[in-house]
Amino acid sequence: MTRLRTTVSMLTAALAVTALAACGGSQPEAPVKNADGSTTLNMWTFADVHATYYEEMAERWNEANPDQEIQLEVTVYPYDDMHNKLQLAVNSGEGLPDVVDIEVNKFANFVKGGNPPLLDLTEAAAPYKDDVVQARLDLYSKDGKIYGFPTHVGAFTTFYNTEALEGAGIDYTTIKTWDDFQEAGVKYHEETGKAFGVASTSVMFLEPLITAQLGGQYIDADGTVQVNSPEVVEALSMMKDMQDAGAVSTIPGGSPDSEEAYGAINDGDYAAIVYPAWYTSRFVDYMPDLEGKVAIAPAPVVEGAEVQTIGGGGTGAAVPAVSPNKDLAAQWLAFAKLSPEANVAVWEVLGFDPVNMAVWEDEEVTKNPDNKFNKYFQTNLFDVLNEVKDGIGHFESFSDPNWPTVDDTFRTVTLNEIYENGTPVQEALDQTQADLQNQLGQ
Amino acid sequence: MKQLLYSKRLAPYFFILPFLVTLAVFWVVPLGRSFVMSTQEVLYGQATFIGLDNYERLWQDRIFWQALFNSLRYMVLTLVLLIPIPLALAALINSNIGSARIKGFFKASMFVPALTSVVVAGIVFRLIFAESDTAIMNQVAEFFGFGPVRWLRGDVTGLVALLAIALWRWTGVNMMYFLAGMQAIPTEYYEAASIDGASRFRQFLHITIPNLRPTIVYVVTISVYGGLAMFLESFMLYAGNNSPNNQGLTVVGYLYRKGIEENDLGFASAVGVVLLVIVMAINISYLVASGTFRKEAA
Repeated sequence: MTRLRTTVSMLTAALAVTALAACGGSQPEAPVKNADGSTTLNMWTFADVHATYYEEMAERWNEANPDQEIQLEVTVYPYDDMHNKLQLAVNSGEGLPDVVDIEVNKFANFVKGGNPPLLDLTEAAAPYKDDVVQARLDLYSKDGKIYGFPTHVGAFTTFYNTEALEGAGIDYTTIKTWDDFQEAGVKYHEETGKAFGVASTSVMFLEPLITAQLGGQYIDADGTVQVNSPEVVEALSMMKDMQDAGAVSTIPGGSPDSEEAYGAINDGDYAAIVYPAWYTSRFVDYMPDLEGKVAIAPAPVVEGAEVQTIGGGGTGAAVPAVSPNKDLAAQWLAFAKLSPEANVAVWEVLGFDPVNMAVWEDEEVTKNPDNKFNKYFQTNLFDVLNEVKDGIGHFESFSDPNWPTVDDTFRTVTLNEIYENGTPVQEALDQTQADLQNQLGQ
Repeated sequence: MKQLLYSKRLAPYFFILPFLVTLAVFWVVPLGRSFVMSTQEVLYGQATFIGLDNYERLWQDRIFWQALFNSLRYMVLTLVLLIPIPLALAALINSNIGSARIKGFFKASMFVPALTSVVVAGIVFRLIFAESDTAIMNQVAEFFGFGPVRWLRGDVTGLVALLAIALWRWTGVNMMYFLAGMQAIPTEYYEAASIDGASRFRQFLHITIPNLRPTIVYVVTISVYGGLAMFLESFMLYAGNNSPNNQGLTVVGYLYRKGIEENDLGFASAVGVVLLVIVMAINISYLVASGTFRKEAA
């Protein structure tokens, strides 16, 4: 019996050891080259349009660098799936791509702690750094190191359905402040019975915008959440007042950037969408009936605000630190995201407001009459952007490591409480503050 | 060597070895790791021991309690729906009402949902319960004179949608379990009862139900576990883990949110450990109460 026990336990132990050894992490390997001398780079992204863009940029890189050709293999996953898959992969250090798109609200998760799993891209960014909006690099930086490259500025603009507004006798060009916006909204609502602006519950954009215009933050400089600070309370109260007055309403799908909402906006149910500039692509792709009827104007401001607009949304492309091809990946990525020609492509292919501001003034590019975005809209996006250019601020809370949790709590609970259930703003924000402090251990 | 291979004493161990190994590698080891991780703060490549901090945070976490309440509520309601209804349907099929062909078709069509993917089903149900007034459920609502309901925005209506998925998907499976149990009951009992003049209902109550007890215990046990561990249905119905006011958030959903979406694996491990303790506590006390562990007396 003793011998038997020994045999069984030895067998089990041997199996356990083999199983554990198989789980051990592997070290970064030397760069791998294909037979034709090119290098295969695997990339993950969560948006189809991004894939098209990167493939284009890979081709241009190969033309310019025949000695360092790359073969880009882009895989497009759904938004949540990709980030979750990446989260698991970086924790295990296995199965990672060479380049990955990380959405701004998720980015902070990947630079937590003192040993981020992403490559420090500061050096690769150096040649282009001076031309790029610093605020957008800050978004993907930590402790002075850049870990991701931005795609766009995402400055807030307003998209007005001019046909609908004319029917109600409203001239959108007179709308400058949130008070004007509210007044026009109430008038439009009373005249037509339809909704004017949108109070989103599943996306939080307008609230940080107004908070920034008021000079506030969701998270203070020490990283402590302060979502019931006076500026945040005022921002939410302004939104709530607009909702009560009928100037903004909730939308099917919870935000303008959802399939149900595209349908509603396309049908003319909402006349004024305040959203980051990249929303141009959603109009062109999903709302064909509004072609020629939409004008772009600056986002409303708070009277006397220093910060006129901030960047909303965004994607930081990063290179996992364990990639065997990380150096080449970083070089290509800098070319694909920060170089002047990349920034022209960002506008021409994606319709986003590029981070390289030199492009904003290149009228040959921005006023090109054949551009599908210029054809669609009544006004030129860059005229609007250049108008607000000097007032683009960086909203520090967006790059705080705890922002994903804050954003998540607002999108699931707080905004629903306020806009859907009618909970008083102060009460809802006090509750959120308490929940967040507990969740974050503050 | 030959002696070792043909050893009668060793053979049983050899046969259960594959099971033991899978149990160890995929269950005991991860479970042990979860316990360890629940006392750590886990970041990329670093794990710091922090004692019971995660559990302390969990105890004070309103959202965790809400998730637990949601899961318990869902579990209890699925028990209320998914035991009596399949039981009644199984009794119907087992009776001599209707032709065998119709009953065969009925059985098959009840079982088909269990073979479909929850992912696909979740998406279809999301469309059925969509907010727009052209969605199926809103057309049904309109027919009955109330009008477009924002199904997935309200707490109760959202729960109705979740229960609808559960009912649609599991009725057939539970019905099959009960049917199998019923067909194993000797017909002599029923004959004897009918000679004594017992009505059909009394036969069901006094013969079918007592003889079905092992099946019922089994179905309740897996339903308790299934209800508390529900995740995918809610994840698909709400197109992600974020439902309005967390009304669709379950314990596993919260574990997923904390561990995978927010990269707080230590805290998520604590959630998992607590869930395990709760499921085990409910199921073991139920099994003890129902006498499963007693030596069979009959």
